[in-house]
Amino acid sequence: MTAQNNTTKNTFWRGFRDGLPFILVVAPFGTLFGVVATEAGLDLLQVMSFSILVIAGASQFSALALLSENAPTFIILLTSLAVNLRMAMYSAALVPHFGKLKTRLKLLISYFLVDQSFALGVKEFDENPDQPTVYKIAYFFGIMLAITPLWYGSTYIGAVLGTSIPAEFSLDFAVPICFIALIAPLLRTVPHILTAIVSVVAALALTWVPYNLGLIIAAIMAMMVGAFSELKLGYKKWS
Amino acid sequence: MVLDPAKVWFIIIGMAIGTFFIRYSFLGLLGDRELPDWVLRHLRYVGVAVLPGLIAPLILWPEAAGGTPDLARIMATIAAVMIGIWKKSVIGAVVLGFGTLYTVQYLTA
Repeated sequence: MTAQNNTTKNTFWRGFRDGLPFILVVAPFGTLFGVVATEAGLDLLQVMSFSILVIAGASQFSALALLSENAPTFIILLTSLAVNLRMAMYSAALVPHFGKLKTRLKLLISYFLVDQSFALGVKEFDENPDQPTVYKIAYFFGIMLAITPLWYGSTYIGAVLGTSIPAEFSLDFAVPICFIALIAPLLRTVPHILTAIVSVVAALALTWVPYNLGLIIAAIMAMMVGAFSELKLGYKKWS
Repeated sequence: MVLDPAKVWFIIIGMAIGTFFIRYSFLGLLGDRELPDWVLRHLRYVGVAVLPGLIAPLILWPEAAGGTPDLARIMATIAAVMIGIWKKSVIGAVVLGFGTLYTVQYLTA
């Protein structure tokens, strides 16, 4: 084995190790998605297809919540895809590192471009920008080996557990709690807090708008408030 | 609750394709093009703009509690928001949220 191969392998396993702490987030969310989706009335194949084809937990939970409210298909797609729009930023941020790769590899990397692989990958690539691209690829896929099989597996376990969980556990509340858990740590700048407040107030005030369009209007208003207040106040964290 | 399987599949496939194209957008299709500042500035807030509004009605008017405000859920929300902001901990917010929910439900049952 050549030295280069050896280091590629090491880098792969370093990515794997760096990805391991995310198990704590990925496994419970996957299980919860399996449980909540099954309780909402999806069959095993639909639940698994969600987690395997979409692999984006927050948008999957959004779709579930809106499905249960009987929202129109178009609104469900629009809202859930809006939740995933942040990944366009991830995609742009990886261009300097992966932009010159073969199409097939870029397709594969895109499929695996989730919050965790982006966060760890960009941190690693920014710290060592001049390493050979093959190391960056190895690192990226190492992270994914740590979390993707677990995401599929925990979804499956949740789907199988599914309806066996009694109503006393109030699992309907799992979706709101998960979203709070994802959002609250982001509320560390004034623009983020203003955005969240406008989102809540406007969404509640606009529940009368048909087809769940109130949520879309509220989200657009909130986003504009966020962007505008950032322009006025700057992007400063208060703690 | 009965869901229309065709609707569910349409949403799964639509989200799969849509999400993939979002992920592939710059890497594969747009290349090195720079996003204008104002677009980036809006994108930063998409998540925080959509999700709180999505869950606010679920918290205030939960179907499981007959669609009326429920003390346990509101207390649980406050606990989860506070621990999430304070500790930046996703797991902590989930655990404390559910802990509060069960405790208040137990005490008020």
